[in-house]
Amino acid sequence: MSPDNVLYGTPVYRFVYELVGTVLPCWISYVAAGLVIMFILVNAVLMGAAVFVFAERRLIGRFHNRIGPNRWGPFGTFQPFADVLKLIFKEDITPAAADKIVFLAAPIVMLAPAILMLAVVPFAKNTALADLNVGILYILAVTSLSSVAILMAGWSSNNRYAMFGAARGVAVLISYEVPVVLCLLGVVMVAGSMSLADVVEAQAVPFLLVQPLALFVFLAGVSAELNRTPFDVAEAESELVAGYHTEYSGVKFALIQAAEFGGVVTASMVVVTLFLGGWAGPLADYLGWFWFLLKVGAVAFIFIWVRATYPRLRIDQLMAFAWKFLLPLSIINLFATSLEVFFLRDSQGVLATNDLWIMTGINLALGAGCIALFGSMIREKIKPVTWQPAAGTASLTVGEVT
Amino acid sequence: MPIHTEPMTINVGPQHPSTHGVFRLRVTFDGEEILEVEPVFGYLHRGTEKLAEERTYVQIVTLTDRLDYVSSMINNQGYCLAVEKLLGVEPPLRAKWLRTMVAELQRIASHLMGIGFFLQDLGTLGTPLMYGFRTREKILDLFEMLCGARITLTYMRPGGVFSDTPPDFWPALENFMQELPTEIGEIEQLVMENEIVLVRTKGVSPLSPEMAINCSVSGPVLRASGIAWDWRKMEPYDAYEWVDFDVPVGANGDNYDRFWVRMQEIHQSARIIHQCMEHIEPGPVRLDLPLVFRPEPGAEAYGRVEASKGELAFYMLSDGGVSPYRCKIRSPSLINLTVTEHLLVGWKLADMIVTLGSLDINMGEVDR
Repeated sequence: MSPDNVLYGTPVYRFVYELVGTVLPCWISYVAAGLVIMFILVNAVLMGAAVFVFAERRLIGRFHNRIGPNRWGPFGTFQPFADVLKLIFKEDITPAAADKIVFLAAPIVMLAPAILMLAVVPFAKNTALADLNVGILYILAVTSLSSVAILMAGWSSNNRYAMFGAARGVAVLISYEVPVVLCLLGVVMVAGSMSLADVVEAQAVPFLLVQPLALFVFLAGVSAELNRTPFDVAEAESELVAGYHTEYSGVKFALIQAAEFGGVVTASMVVVTLFLGGWAGPLADYLGWFWFLLKVGAVAFIFIWVRATYPRLRIDQLMAFAWKFLLPLSIINLFATSLEVFFLRDSQGVLATNDLWIMTGINLALGAGCIALFGSMIREKIKPVTWQPAAGTASLTVGEVT
Repeated sequence: MPIHTEPMTINVGPQHPSTHGVFRLRVTFDGEEILEVEPVFGYLHRGTEKLAEERTYVQIVTLTDRLDYVSSMINNQGYCLAVEKLLGVEPPLRAKWLRTMVAELQRIASHLMGIGFFLQDLGTLGTPLMYGFRTREKILDLFEMLCGARITLTYMRPGGVFSDTPPDFWPALENFMQELPTEIGEIEQLVMENEIVLVRTKGVSPLSPEMAINCSVSGPVLRASGIAWDWRKMEPYDAYEWVDFDVPVGANGDNYDRFWVRMQEIHQSARIIHQCMEHIEPGPVRLDLPLVFRPEPGAEAYGRVEASKGELAFYMLSDGGVSPYRCKIRSPSLINLTVTEHLLVGWKLADMIVTLGSLDINMGEVDR
């Protein structure tokens, strides 16, 4: 096989390819190397999901003044495996009126984006499985798959709650896709490349500071796409029982859960790569993976923290938030960034570190101002006009109507 | 091209995470919007009223525990008041203070659950609910010291209470009352000014005072609509005439006001408990009534209390036997549910769940 496939630059791939290739025919070594890559990807997502499930359950327990699961393994670390084992041995029910093939395919399609996304994320210097030159575009492309999966799950279950959840989920995913794409354009412009490794290299100043508005929009949009509170309308437990996966049980349910939690982990990784400097840190050449995982943990903690704190928005408020708040913010960010890049870049089109600091100053002020301005405007839009402040606790004459 | 759409009917419940027991709503939706609502109940019917006709007056106290099982003390109180009226007796002073105090403790516990589940319906992942449960747990511990039970208490008897407080009860109560403001403060800090809570609840499903009166709603739901109507003030029973407290009143009758009124009532209940702890004096706690007694034939009595969910009343009619001829229970949850249709039609699915949570119903009481 020709070395022109995108994975050939990956050291792991080349190592296996050449090792197997010394004793076996070329096509077998090609398959073997591909399988190794797949094995790494799938297990990275599943293990990431397992660690995240454990962290989330323990941390939410602490937020609740509870202890959280602590029976299996040291500090309960084996709890996710116990959960998965339980689900595997549970009866796998397919509703009689379900569209069986789509019903079976939906969890698999759901897990795919999380795994595919991980392929382009660099864990440390030269450690991405595939350093695509269109990495960001690729991430946006594969994440849109999840809306198809949600629609498949909801529609094929032949359950009204599931259909409700699927309709909501697709509406949310499509709406939030727009601001997310627009805010990532700002990052691409500053970095001058769509490759994630290049984006990390370009972060002499973390894009957390250079693109604060984009980070804000991206975090909000990603929470919505991952169905995390306050945007979890698609599986709103108190409203729709479980939303699109109401009818799922057994191993299919385990897959959906893995996709959901694995999705959070991969999304955190993307956030870290694009905004927090990826593997950058002291001794990044040797400890890059450590800094990367540390930052991923911090971002994942924020997701957990938000989930434990906030109630859920209503679907129309959620749509208003996307179209009336996040979309203008991302357009403003795009506009400001393109102007800044236009005026600050040198003749080769490269931004110096000093220029990045100037952009930081402008964008931080712009971000704070825009969020305050649009925040007060959206509040007026969402708040119903008929509401008056409540009467006090004053001891009224009994039976009196205020 | 016009897209063909049609309304969709969903049975919300009886098996649903947010129907607060086995309540069923047959709802017709146009997309997310509610076109029609039909509440269906009766899934938890246990025939309490009929059972009461077969039991002696003291035995019926255990039945009242199972009505609104998160506020058993107040149910006991309402029933005992009715029987005392039937007999024409007055409990001793210490019993009156004790009853008032435990009823207010129970009101705090019940309101904390009401608020917790209301916020759970709003979509919080149980954090405020667990905060509430932490405090409620301590109240249940106090009740356990009093009577050995935690939920179905049967602490009160016609003519007083079951027994006097154990000696270690008062320090424990003192301790609890010191912790209470901090714990309630934590919940308030978390949710009262939360932007999402405000946009989800303010102005949603308002209940006008006229509609509230016409539907004969009572309790926090009525007071949230702006009507100061509280039987503890209007017809003080037990020790309520000697304590000082305010009646929190809302202005709009929306979901936020119903939630806000409950939150304020917790503070007022704490005030009452402090006064009870101050004024209570040693003495007998129970009249020397026989275990089985026969009221006058034809005697009837109507005893009502301001329960945590509204006006809870017992109508007792005696035929001179050892058990009542008729025991009619006016349960606040059932009557508060009659406004569901007026509150829900035209709002969205998500609002429906929150509004149901803000009514704070208890199915044990709805299906007596």
